Amino acid sequence: MSSGVELDHITVRFGQFTAVNDVSLDIRGGEFFSFLGPSGCGKTTILRTVSGFLDPSQGSVRIAGQDMTGLGPNRRPTALIFQNLALFPLMTVAENIAYGLRVRGASKPERKKKADELLNLIALPDQGQKLVSELSGGQKQRVAIARALAVEPKVLLLDEPLSALDLKLRQHMRNELREIQKRVGITFIYITHDQGEALTMSDRIAVMNDGVIEQVGGGKAIYDEPATTFVASFVGENNAFPGKIVKADKSGAMIETAVGELRGRNPKGLQAGDAAVLFVRPESLKLGKNSKETSFSSTVLNVAFEGNASHIFLKGPGKKGLMLTVGRLDGGKIPGQGATAALSYDPELGLVLPVGRMARE
Amino acid sequence: MSRLIVFLIPLVVIAIFWAMARYESKVAHDPNHKTFFQRNGTALGVTFIGLVAFWTLFLVALPYLYMGVESFHPRLPPLERGGAKDFLTIEQYRSFLVTPTDGLWNTTHMGAFFFTIVVSTAVTALNFAICYPLAYYMAQAGTAQKVRLLMLGLIVPYWVNEILRAFSLRLLLASKGLINQMLMGLGITDGPIDFLGNNTGLYVGLSYAYLLVMIFPLYNAIESLDKNQIEAARDLGAPWWRIHKDVVMPYAKPGIAAGCTMVFMLSAGSLAAPQFLGGPRTLWFTSIVYDFFFQAFNWPRGAAYAFILLAACIAFVMLMLRLFKVSLGETIK
Repeated sequence: MSSGVELDHITVRFGQFTAVNDVSLDIRGGEFFSFLGPSGCGKTTILRTVSGFLDPSQGSVRIAGQDMTGLGPNRRPTALIFQNLALFPLMTVAENIAYGLRVRGASKPERKKKADELLNLIALPDQGQKLVSELSGGQKQRVAIARALAVEPKVLLLDEPLSALDLKLRQHMRNELREIQKRVGITFIYITHDQGEALTMSDRIAVMNDGVIEQVGGGKAIYDEPATTFVASFVGENNAFPGKIVKADKSGAMIETAVGELRGRNPKGLQAGDAAVLFVRPESLKLGKNSKETSFSSTVLNVAFEGNASHIFLKGPGKKGLMLTVGRLDGGKIPGQGATAALSYDPELGLVLPVGRMARE
Repeated sequence: MSRLIVFLIPLVVIAIFWAMARYESKVAHDPNHKTFFQRNGTALGVTFIGLVAFWTLFLVALPYLYMGVESFHPRLPPLERGGAKDFLTIEQYRSFLVTPTDGLWNTTHMGAFFFTIVVSTAVTALNFAICYPLAYYMAQAGTAQKVRLLMLGLIVPYWVNEILRAFSLRLLLASKGLINQMLMGLGITDGPIDFLGNNTGLYVGLSYAYLLVMIFPLYNAIESLDKNQIEAARDLGAPWWRIHKDVVMPYAKPGIAAGCTMVFMLSAGSLAAPQFLGGPRTLWFTSIVYDFFFQAFNWPRGAAYAFILLAACIAFVMLMLRLFKVSLGETIK
């Protein structure tokens, strides 16, 4: 029942501008797959190419093994959920949901049956006769999903559908989307610039920047094993220490940074003399010293209390400051503003990557 | 007596204004709410009311009232006005149905009346068919530069005055005109086609005359439609005509109603195009009204006929709005 989507060397150009540059990807059937990237990275372009609103300049899209070239959006087995949902304001909820069936010539009882079934799925039974404008934000969201599911697509495409909701509702809808996806079992392709959304919902994530895919992998792999400096700096908070490799050995690499020589893992096999960046996550940094190779000190600029955690902002090696997160139950005294704090980390949690593009702040 | 009514009206209008001011201060629940005079000061308030009253009275209400009253009078030489023979009568309205001279049904005028209504309806439909694709293109499909060019192309010809435009169309469509010569030259017809006699000219002229009046309300309505709505319908599998039927047209309904209403009203009341482009046997209702005023100097009958046309047009438009479930308020949004 579930069908995968294959992107085969997709390139999309708008005049001189290349929005998507030679992207090849295999999205498995039944997978919740996210494209994560900053605005303008080409993720929406990919979505519109899969749905058929855009023709790629080069390459092709295959859905369930079938080449989609030349097929318009109305003839592809995909359904798109728009960022602003694009529900039809002059139709009732039930009419919205059944619209796809209506244009396919389904009979009235058939349409009613499907609409009722989907209204149950999205937990809005007996709300079919309401106008869309009478629904709350979260309910509209669910109606949009139901409308897309009504045509029984093989692939559901979602273009940042949660971005208009407030934080609480957004977190709730993440779970709900995931639930719905598991229940219907079809492939979901989700576009977002919100890493939280991508990490919580997806089976796999493609991180995009400037029209190319930087890394594809599960949420944990993307967070713990970023392949490039862009991924390391875009997904989650990260402290960057640019510098030069002074020594590479089996257990990692030593890098000369502005705050001294520090050690980290070296998965890319960098050699002494290579320009590199050491990344240490805010939650990996600890107050206090340990071994000399993973300790340094810095001045506290500011402390932000956030309830379950406190963020300590310190003077960084470059223009950008450092950030250290202390959990509420971690104990220890939090230094005050202006104090010099000793910092350290587990060498396994320091990651050395070849120098490259960073995410914009 | 009847002319007294005309001069009572100003008092009524002022009374209405006063009642409105009273009502406003009454419904304002806000205790800090200032009344109209408190807000604007007495001098400015009086000036506002005076200007609006003048405008509604002398430029809108009075002329129509005068014509309305006129239509209920017999036709009399100026000296006998207000005399013994001057009384209120519906004979002018009756003359539309029954010819006063021979007592038979007035088929000529009734025929012209229905012809006017039917042709205006057809012109409105034709105009809509031409303008809807154009407006859609300008509002949703075209690139900014092409839309500007198209807009210019639509507006510039309207700098030419109506009479000149009608006459040039007449030249184009005449028996020895350019179009007939081309058709004969290409061997499509043997003899000239009488475009003016068979009212083709009338349809072309009227449709063209009110093109902009239709395009702009449509354009305004369609332009504000979210493109995603169209794409969503397409994505759900709708063919192009269904997208228009289910998404674009329902959304643009107020604009469609506004455009159609105006084109219909203007066509039914137009004078130049039917006179210059209609065939010799074509009798447009406004031409009859015109003739009563300026040829026969029968103002009462002309006024009565004009009011018949006005009432019929309003009734027809209301009926259409009801039929298409549009409220009058929506058309002026």
